[in-house]
Amino acid sequence: MITAGCDIGSLTAKAVILRDGKIIGSEVIRAVRSPEDSANRVMEAALSAAGISLDDIEYCVGTGYGRKHIPFVNAVESEIACHARGAVWQVPSARTVVDIGGQDAKAIKVSAEGDVLRYVYNDKCASGTGRFLEIIADALEIPLEKMGEISGKSTERLTLSNQCVVFAETEIISLVNEGKETADIINALHHAVAGRAASLARGIVVEGDVVMTGGVARNEGMFSALAAALGVELLSVENPQINGAIGAALFALQALKGSSLGDEEKQTEGERVMA
Amino acid sequence: MIVAGCDVGSLTSKAVLMKDGRMLESHVIKSKARPWESAEVVMGEVLKRAGISRSDVGYCVATGYGRSKIEFADEAVSEIACHGKGARWLLPTARTVIDIGGQDCKALRLDARGDMEKFITNDKCASGTGRFLEVMAGVLGLALEEMGGMSARASNPITLASACTVWAQADVIQQVNDRVPVEDIAAGINNAMASRMAVLVNNIGLERDVCMTGGVAKNDGVVSALEKLLGIRIKRIRRSDPQIAGAIGAALFAAEKATGGRL
Repeated sequence: MITAGCDIGSLTAKAVILRDGKIIGSEVIRAVRSPEDSANRVMEAALSAAGISLDDIEYCVGTGYGRKHIPFVNAVESEIACHARGAVWQVPSARTVVDIGGQDAKAIKVSAEGDVLRYVYNDKCASGTGRFLEIIADALEIPLEKMGEISGKSTERLTLSNQCVVFAETEIISLVNEGKETADIINALHHAVAGRAASLARGIVVEGDVVMTGGVARNEGMFSALAAALGVELLSVENPQINGAIGAALFALQALKGSSLGDEEKQTEGERVMA
Repeated sequence: MIVAGCDVGSLTSKAVLMKDGRMLESHVIKSKARPWESAEVVMGEVLKRAGISRSDVGYCVATGYGRSKIEFADEAVSEIACHGKGARWLLPTARTVIDIGGQDCKALRLDARGDMEKFITNDKCASGTGRFLEVMAGVLGLALEEMGGMSARASNPITLASACTVWAQADVIQQVNDRVPVEDIAAGINNAMASRMAVLVNNIGLERDVCMTGGVAKNDGVVSALEKLLGIRIKRIRRSDPQIAGAIGAALFAAEKATGGRL
């Protein structure tokens, strides 16, 4: 059985293809303006990685903020549900999922079956999301992907006093002008973003094995900063950025196997805790 | 006796000279990198304009975020207290004062005598502060002073989906790229500012008269949008520049202190 999941986020688009529950192709691209185009491009790339064509996909589930605009899906599913499902598939012992995306952050308490029990979600404030890192990377003229590596060289512990991205950017520019080391500044930034995400996550009680998903999890500095902020041993997943797409592909598999998906909202009927 | 008030803010610094409850001179500059530099420059300029020297000033009170770093000041007083006092001097009937600073915003409620009853401030989030307007004016390629007049010329103001400056900025860039008229975008930005202020005012409870201080008080778009949201008329300050309310309050505290009055 071949199923696919397509996750159209604000910054990146991801596609995953599963054959009998194993990943045979996946792709991450930078999202373009139109979600339709992002979806077509990323799926084409994933199909070519898997060496198959769109007709071979028996069922496809879409997720992410652009999910309603994906031309080729059979059903859509919420991001929260897909991240929960994907995380438990990647790390079966996971009971808490902290996902930091490009424009949001979420913390989800999940069951052993990968169902959502409770969740908190922030898309109102850029602080605590990947956008914070991106803005500062731009300001410091550092590639986003290098931030983890650079922060590893930090020797002095600095603390940002501002939570707001706009104010923190000014604060960071003054730190640069004071001659502070870039590694120390980025390390302080990671701790600031992690602190915000952790205080969001405390809205659901963080317990059991905790995993971090989302593209930001690939940044090792952010990973260890979040572990420190949560005060837990954080588990890593093999494919953090495509976790939502994996979850979508798993929902597709479930649909093929005959258990109906129900409506989209119902899958996340776990209680939303207000941040 | 001549007294002085000096308000060193994040964006602008203001100095006021007063004598017997009358204003002698005032001055506003763009703030320098260091608060003490701003204080030196703005105070030097206001003294020069008044044609007096520093030794002629009997007492000086500093306020604003840089207030503790001003060496020539005899004392530092909180911004909240100075803004309340300055607003009452500017508008003696004021009971609710909405002040939008460069990096913060606040709403104060005063009793009939002008004493502070309740206040709320936001300096954690750029939304609803002068910084929000500054960022958006930058995206639109407008001077901050041009923003206010745009609302009256707008035919179909946009609605910003998010209060967050970062998300709203992305939204505004998108609207610019979609060739939405600049008046409509600017009006939407002014409306967004006003709705943040309305939240603050409703939090402390509105008492009339209501006035606005700070540089944004000169933005007609924000003021009239806020009038609509609150369903009341906001009294316009005419006695002097609403931007110098904090410095006026500081100078009034200086006068009380110098004459042994209450502080």
